[in-house]
Amino acid sequence: MALLEIRNLQKAFGGVQALGGIDFHIDDGEIVSVIGPNGAGKTSFFNVISGMFSPDEGSIIFDGDNVEHHQPNEITRRGIARTFQNVRLFPNLTVLENVMVGQHCRTKQGMWGTILQTKKQRAEETMIEEKAKDVLSFFGSRLAGYRYDQPAFALSYANRRRLEIARAMATEPKLLLLDEPTAGMNPKETIELTGLIGKLRSERGFTVVVIEHDMKVVENVSDRVVVLDHGVQIAQGSYDEVSTNEDVIEAYLGRPAESE
Amino acid sequence: MKRDLKHIRALGLIAGLSMSFVAGIGMVEKFNIRVLIEPAVTMGYLVLFVMPFVAGSLAARGVPNPLVEPVRDPRANGISGLITGLIAGVFTAIFVLIIDTFDVTEFFPNMRASTVEEMTFGFGLAVGLVVLVLATTVIGGLGGTIFGLPQRVRRGLTTAGGWVLGFALFEVIVSDIFSFADFLLDLIYAPQGGLEIWSAVIIGALAWWLTARYEGRAKEFALTVRDADPKSRIRRSVIWAGILAAILLPMLLGGIVNELLINVSLFILMGLGLNIVIGLAGLLDLGYVAFFAVGAYGTAVLTSTMGSAIGPGWSWWIALPVVMVFAALAGLFVGTPVLRMRGDYLAIVTLGFGEIVRILLLSDWLTPIFGGAQGIRRIPGIPVPFLGTISGTRPELFIYFMMIFVGIAAYISYRAQNSRVGRSWAAMREDEDVAEAIGVSTVNAKLLAFITGAVIASFAGALFSAKVGTVFTNSFDVLVSIIILVVVIVGGMGSIPGVFVGAFVLIGVLGGPKSPGLLQEFAEYKLLIYGALLVFMMLKRPEGLWPSARRSRELHQEEALQDAWLDKAGEFDDDESGEVTS
Repeated sequence: MALLEIRNLQKAFGGVQALGGIDFHIDDGEIVSVIGPNGAGKTSFFNVISGMFSPDEGSIIFDGDNVEHHQPNEITRRGIARTFQNVRLFPNLTVLENVMVGQHCRTKQGMWGTILQTKKQRAEETMIEEKAKDVLSFFGSRLAGYRYDQPAFALSYANRRRLEIARAMATEPKLLLLDEPTAGMNPKETIELTGLIGKLRSERGFTVVVIEHDMKVVENVSDRVVVLDHGVQIAQGSYDEVSTNEDVIEAYLGRPAESE
Repeated sequence: MKRDLKHIRALGLIAGLSMSFVAGIGMVEKFNIRVLIEPAVTMGYLVLFVMPFVAGSLAARGVPNPLVEPVRDPRANGISGLITGLIAGVFTAIFVLIIDTFDVTEFFPNMRASTVEEMTFGFGLAVGLVVLVLATTVIGGLGGTIFGLPQRVRRGLTTAGGWVLGFALFEVIVSDIFSFADFLLDLIYAPQGGLEIWSAVIIGALAWWLTARYEGRAKEFALTVRDADPKSRIRRSVIWAGILAAILLPMLLGGIVNELLINVSLFILMGLGLNIVIGLAGLLDLGYVAFFAVGAYGTAVLTSTMGSAIGPGWSWWIALPVVMVFAALAGLFVGTPVLRMRGDYLAIVTLGFGEIVRILLLSDWLTPIFGGAQGIRRIPGIPVPFLGTISGTRPELFIYFMMIFVGIAAYISYRAQNSRVGRSWAAMREDEDVAEAIGVSTVNAKLLAFITGAVIASFAGALFSAKVGTVFTNSFDVLVSIIILVVVIVGGMGSIPGVFVGAFVLIGVLGGPKSPGLLQEFAEYKLLIYGALLVFMMLKRPEGLWPSARRSRELHQEEALQDAWLDKAGEFDDDESGEVTS
C-alpha cells in the first residue's frame, strides 16, 4: 500500500489555480522527485501536504488516514516532515537547539515535569539531546562539535540547508519532503548532498519526496520523477522516460526538441 | 579639526538645551531642596551640571570613529571641554534671560522668577548669569580634562566620584543599614541631610585606595567563580553565601528599606511572569496587570473579614491555590481568543483585556462582590504559626514571603527556559509558522505561556493584597502593565537576572507607579525619566542592562557573525576534504 496517496488535490489562491487536481502516490521507501518550471505549483504542493494550507478539494491519505484538514503540527506528528525552499531556521537558536525543537512532537514532558525536575523529564532531556546529536552526525563533522552551540544564523548557506534537513529528520518522520535542498550550493556540495539523499533512505529508512531544479541531482536520486506544470501533473515515470517526454521538454524549454 | 569644531558646537548646544529643559520644567528648583554634599552640592545643580560635564567629556573624545583611538591629552581635551561648556553656558544663560524678561508662566508654570533665582544662584541677574556661564564652562572643561588623564587616575576619580555620589544619594539606605551606629552616621552626614564636605573627601579617597588595591583581585575571583563548574565547591559556597545574605539582610535593614525591597520584589515577580510571556514566548501582552488584579482581588474576596457577598473569610494559605486556579483560568480565557493573533493585534487585544478587567471590577454590577470604587478592605495578612499574622505593617518579616515567591518564579523561569517547553516557546518566538510545521503545537505553547505568566502574576497579586490590606481598582490601571513591560525591556527581554536589575533600577531607584523609590525627588518626573531611559536604551543598548545570550545575539548578529568567522578561520579547509563521514 502506498505511504502517501493523494487524489484530485486542488488549491486556488484567488483566481490562480495553484494546484489543479493532482493525483500522486508514493510507496514506502521510494525517492520521488517533483520537478517543473517556476510557478508550476511544486511548493504549493508541499505546503498543502504539510498542512500549512488546507486544500480546496481532494484527499490526502497518509499511512491509511485522511490528513488533509489537520494542523501542520499534527501532520508532523503523524510522520511528514519538510524543509523550506527559502531556508527557515530559528536563526537565534543554536544549531543543537534547532534540532532539539524537532524532537518536540516525539516527547511529552510539560510544565510540571519541568518545574519538578522529575526523573522522567531529565531522562527525556538527555534523550532529546542525544537524538539531536545523532541526527547531526548524519552530516559528518559539518554540524558537530563546536558548531552545536553556534547560532543558526552564523552558519554558511550550505550548512543552513543541512541543518534544516537535520531538523526535519529529528521529527522522526516516515516521509521527508525536501524543497530544493541543493539550491544555492556549489557543485561539490551538491554532489555531496545528492549522496546524502540516497543515504536518507538506505541508512535512516526515510521515504523522500524532493523538489529539485538540478537535473543531475534528480537523475541520481530518484526512483521516479513527477513533472508538474500549471498545477497539474504532465508526466511521470523514470528519469529517462520523463527526460525524453515531449510535454516536459516543452514545458521547460517552450519549444519542441529537435535533436535526440 | 573642522569636523571636531562642529562636533563640539553640537554637543555644546545639546548640553545647553538639556540644561535649559531641566531648569524650565522646574527640576533644578525642586531638586535643590535635597543637599548632597554640605554646603555646595545639591541634587538640582548636580542634575544641571551633569550635562556640560558629560558633553565636555564627549567633546574631548572627538568625532566617534571606531578606527581611530581618541587622543588623550589633558590640555587639548580640557580646551575642547571648555569650549563645549562655554557654548552650553551661554545657551542656558540666554534661556534664563528670556524667561526673566518674558512672562510665560501661563504656559510653563515652572519658568518663574524662583527658577531664575535658582539658576543665578541668588547673586542677582547680571552677576548670576556670569557665574552660570563660568561654572558651566569650568565644568565642561573638567569633563574634558578628566577624559584626557591617564587611565589609572581617571578610574580612580570615577570610582571615588561614584562612591561619594552613592553615599550622598542613597543616604536613606545607608542610615537605615547603619542605624545601629548612630554616632558614625552623625559624623558622616550633616544634620539637615547631605554628606559633610570632609566626609565626602574621605569616602572618595577610601574608595580610590580600595579599588586601586583590591579591584584586580576581586575581578580575578569573579572570573574564577564564573568559569567554575556549577557543581564545584567555590561555586556552591558563593551561592550559599548569597542565600545566607538574603536571609540575614532583612534583619539588618530597617523598615524603610524593607518596604522598598517589597515593592521591588512585587515588580520582580510580575516582571518574571511577563518575561515568560514576552521574553520567552514572544507574545506581546499589554494587559498583564489584569492577572495581577485577578490575584489581588481573588485573595481579597476570599480572605477579607469585611463580609462581602461571597467572602468566606479564608486563611491566605487556603485562598492562594484557589487564586492560582482563577488566574490560570483567566490566562486560558485571554489566551484562547487571541490564539490566531500576532504582534500588534495581540498587543491591542490584551491591552483591551486589561482595561476590561479593571472596569468590570469597578462596575455597579459586580460591586456587591468587589466593592466597586470602595474596593475591598480589612484583608488580613498571612498567618504564620508562632509569628502571628504577617502583613505590610511588619515589612522585615513580609519581605521573606516576597523572597520565597520571587525564588519560585525565578526557578520556574530558569527551568522552563532550558527545557522542551522553553524551546517550543523560543521556536514560536522566532518563527511561528515554521515552529508549527516542525511539530510544535503553538496552541498549547501559547496557552501554557499565558497560564504560567498569569499564575506568577497571581502570586504577586495575592502578596500585594496581604501586604496592603486593601485593594482598589486604581492599583491596577494600564500604567502598571506598561511599567512591568518597561522593567522587562530595560532589564533585558528573556533574561532572568535582567528582570531583577530592571526592577531595582526602575522601581527601587526611581519609584514604581504608586510607590516612591530611593530618589524620592524623582517621583514627579518619574515618567519623564522612564521615557528618557527607554529612548536611551533603545539607541544604545537595545538588548537591556543584563541581556540573555539569545537576545544579544539577535541584536548583534553582525558582530556575532564576525566572531563566528574568526572561529572558523582555524579550519578553513572544511570544504577541501569534501567527504562526509557518517
